[in-house]
Amino acid sequence: MELFDLPLIWAFIIGFGIIMYVLMDGFDLGVGILFPFAPNEEARDTMMNSVAPVWDGNETWLVLGGAGLLAAFPMVYSIFLPALYIGVFLLLAGLIFRGVAFEFRFKARTSRYLWNWAFAGGSTVASFAQGAVVGAYIQGFETANGVYVGGALDWLTPFTVLTGLGMLAGYSLLGSTWLIMKTEGYLQQWAYKITLPLLLAVLVVFGIIGVWTPFVDEMVRERWFSNLSIIWILPVLTLLCAIQIYRSVRDRRDGMPFVATMGLFITTYLGLVVSRWPYVVPPEYTLWDAASAYESQLFLLLGLLFVIPIVLVYTAWTYWVFRGKVRAGEGYH
Amino acid sequence: MELDPLILSRIQFAFVVSFHAIFPVFTIGLASYIAVLEGLAFKTENPLWVKLSAFWTKVFAVVFGMGVVSGIVMSFQFGTNWSNFAQASANFLGPILSYEVVTAFFLEAAFLGVLLFGRDKVPAGVHLFAAIMVALGTFISSFWILSANSWMQTPAGTELRDGVFYVTSWSEAIFNPSFPYRFAHMALASFLTGGFVVAGVSAWYLLLGREVEANKKALSMCLWLLLFIAPAQAVLGDFHGLNTLEHQPTKVAAMEGNWETSRNVPLLLFAIPDQENQRNLYEIGIPSLASFILTHERDGEVPGVSAVPVDEQPPVAIVFWSFRVMVGIGLLMIAFAVTGLVLRAGGRYWRTGWFLQGMRFMSIAPFFAVLTGWFVTEVGRAPWLVYGQMTQAEALTPSLTGGMALFTLIGYIVVYALVFSAGVYYLMRVLYVGLEDRDEDEHEAERPKRPFSAAHVPFEIEHESGGTVGTAKPVNEGGH
Ligand code: HDD
Ligand code: HEM
Ligand code: HEM
Repeated sequence: MELFDLPLIWAFIIGFGIIMYVLMDGFDLGVGILFPFAPNEEARDTMMNSVAPVWDGNETWLVLGGAGLLAAFPMVYSIFLPALYIGVFLLLAGLIFRGVAFEFRFKARTSRYLWNWAFAGGSTVASFAQGAVVGAYIQGFETANGVYVGGALDWLTPFTVLTGLGMLAGYSLLGSTWLIMKTEGYLQQWAYKITLPLLLAVLVVFGIIGVWTPFVDEMVRERWFSNLSIIWILPVLTLLCAIQIYRSVRDRRDGMPFVATMGLFITTYLGLVVSRWPYVVPPEYTLWDAASAYESQLFLLLGLLFVIPIVLVYTAWTYWVFRGKVRAGEGYH
Repeated sequence: MELDPLILSRIQFAFVVSFHAIFPVFTIGLASYIAVLEGLAFKTENPLWVKLSAFWTKVFAVVFGMGVVSGIVMSFQFGTNWSNFAQASANFLGPILSYEVVTAFFLEAAFLGVLLFGRDKVPAGVHLFAAIMVALGTFISSFWILSANSWMQTPAGTELRDGVFYVTSWSEAIFNPSFPYRFAHMALASFLTGGFVVAGVSAWYLLLGREVEANKKALSMCLWLLLFIAPAQAVLGDFHGLNTLEHQPTKVAAMEGNWETSRNVPLLLFAIPDQENQRNLYEIGIPSLASFILTHERDGEVPGVSAVPVDEQPPVAIVFWSFRVMVGIGLLMIAFAVTGLVLRAGGRYWRTGWFLQGMRFMSIAPFFAVLTGWFVTEVGRAPWLVYGQMTQAEALTPSLTGGMALFTLIGYIVVYALVFSAGVYYLMRVLYVGLEDRDEDEHEAERPKRPFSAAHVPFEIEHESGGTVGTAKPVNEGGH
């Protein structure tokens, strides 16, 4: 009676939403992480102006991720959030401070440095918390009858601290390559200068995570060392992207480092997905266990098929309106 | 003493949602006002409208920013503190909230960027279009979220099986019995909020004699609007109450402070509800009026709170008093709108000191009315979360401990206190600067001449930029 494997379709949609979020909010969070290290206050103005018109839309993908999970995989929503209770609070607090910093900083004078810190601190905490969520997902959750039964800080382990740091490094790299693309002059030179050290940091941390992950969970180990050798193409592609970042930075090609960094994120993300597929609440529940009612998934899917393309079109349009280099002093209302 | 995660979660939810609620009501109203101003500017090319619009857009940006960040918190509350509720109601709430994101939030966010930053980057018509889209987005957003909330008040179109709600009819669930009233009441509340704030600020500028021409226009516009919607809100509120009487009689009983189901019930102006003994102290009321309002008959029967067992009763005092504050403010609003009309004779409305002072103070009244309105609605439904079907206690996250809930409750209070004080402070700054000094102020803010950075800026520019000093110079034609 059920015509399509809706949970499977939904897994793709949610997966798409998550990577959209990571790429889009990733670069503006990265700009925030790099904020304290910028050459000077004018550079910070330009950095902020480069993301001010689009950050709100970027963050909306996170809200879609939350609401979409509630709609399609309520079990994921109602296990992850209680399990990560404290981490979610930190994430939200970070997002609050950095979100209001956009508005307040431009209106502040003597207190401006406070909002610099709010923006940088908020971005850093939020990025770290997101990385820790990824780590917690790889670790798995203690559940009984579809309900979380573990403790408040079970998610916080050396492994999740490492994934948190990995996310910090990764988002910084997205941020610095974004700045290469969107700025010019001394700020761009600065972004060029920090990109290679950041790339190195990313490779080191991602490398350690990659080696460690199979030991965190047996199933992941089997997945990678069984006969499914085709998936090894993903780490290879990741490396290729890294090389591409290196070369395009060396050759001073403005747009390419950012594109290659996105590639690096996408291949890493796919690597993560194949490690755990089809478990959405490891170690017990698959995406079919976690799905909501068929009618609900269908009701939302029919609407999304129309609306998401429209959303993508006007989102692309706003990026187009604000295309080109951001200059100092320009852009604020 | 054991910390009770249920009580703490309720306080936390009430706190974060009340905090969130004050921003949307203002942004919904203001977004429409800005769209109208942009429209007038586009049509008449009178710079006055551009000026007004640019000014209110600046205010809007701050308020909207706080609305967004507090809203993001809301969308995770269901999962962190009410995960059993999330699990149970996901089949309905999930799609509804997702539709809100894709039809409203993306629209608002995308076009907000163009509205705030794009005046120089897109043609005037496109800028107007962006303003309209933002305003539309705020309405679409309230459509979905109020549908979700109304379903929790008056559930319909769903069926509870093994602890999970399944949708049997989407149209019945979305357009559930209390939804049309709540949506309309809330839309008018938003217009009232926008209207009274703009009118109050304009009145204040007029008192100071600043930008008289523009502020007179703004005040006049608002007073016309308020003249129609303030009375309309009272009429609509009456219908809303009658609908509630049908579906949630206990809530109406609490609003009226009526304990025993009876006839010839007075409309209480004052009373101190005593929940323990199920009675009121120090009642002052108008005989039979409550019966008349609710049933349109002098001796009509009004339900009483005691009709349900004590553990199914809402806290009467909160509901009773919140209702009186809301209605009181509603009546005050009508009084001011009508006074404004009277003072139009001879063009006195913008020169009468006491009236302008009054309008100035009225600019905060709508926020109290909105919050107390929500207190009536939400506290009056207790102990139910989904009325008659799921209680708040059943909804709570099982793994949540009192300590965790206390930690985040304190955390949110601290974070919001900081953000809110800063927000109010910067809003005040924007208001003090006003319409006239706009250009000067913006350039001031953009020049890297702030005390903090001035000391070391020039050095670093020289040092880092090598040959490209040219681009490092501030470009001062930025603001507009
Ligand atoms: C009647 C109006 C109304 C009500 C009752 C609520 N909201 Fe709200 N919300 C809005 C009207 C609104 C809005 C007008 O659309 C906002 C206000 C400022 C803004 O940016 O959009 C918004 C923003 C906003 C955002 C940020 C959107 C973005 O990223 O742009 C989220 C996630 C929520 N809300 C979620 C909620 C939840 C979960 C609520 C219920 C508990 C809730 N809102 C009550
Ligand atoms: C935006 C305006 C709103 C305000 C000011 C508001 C206010 C409140 C208050 C004061 C409570 C506490 C009641 C009590 O504990 O006795 C409450 C409870 C609740 N409300 Fe609302 N509410 C609003 C909108 C919504 C919406 C739109 C939803 C859902 C879609 C919602 C869902 C809930 C839930 C789940 C609770 C239960 C938690 C609790 O009892 O504290 N609210 N709300
Ligand atoms: C003047 C007479 C008014 C009457 C008779 C009235 C009536 C009501 C009633 C009966 C409710 C509760 C409905 C329920 O929970 O089922 C309510 C809720 C509410 N009221 Fe009013 N109201 C009035 C004025 C106002 C004003 C002036 C505002 C704001 C500017 C306002 C804002 C609200 C809000 C935000 C709610 C909660 C949401 C809802 O349930 O609609 N009201 N009102």
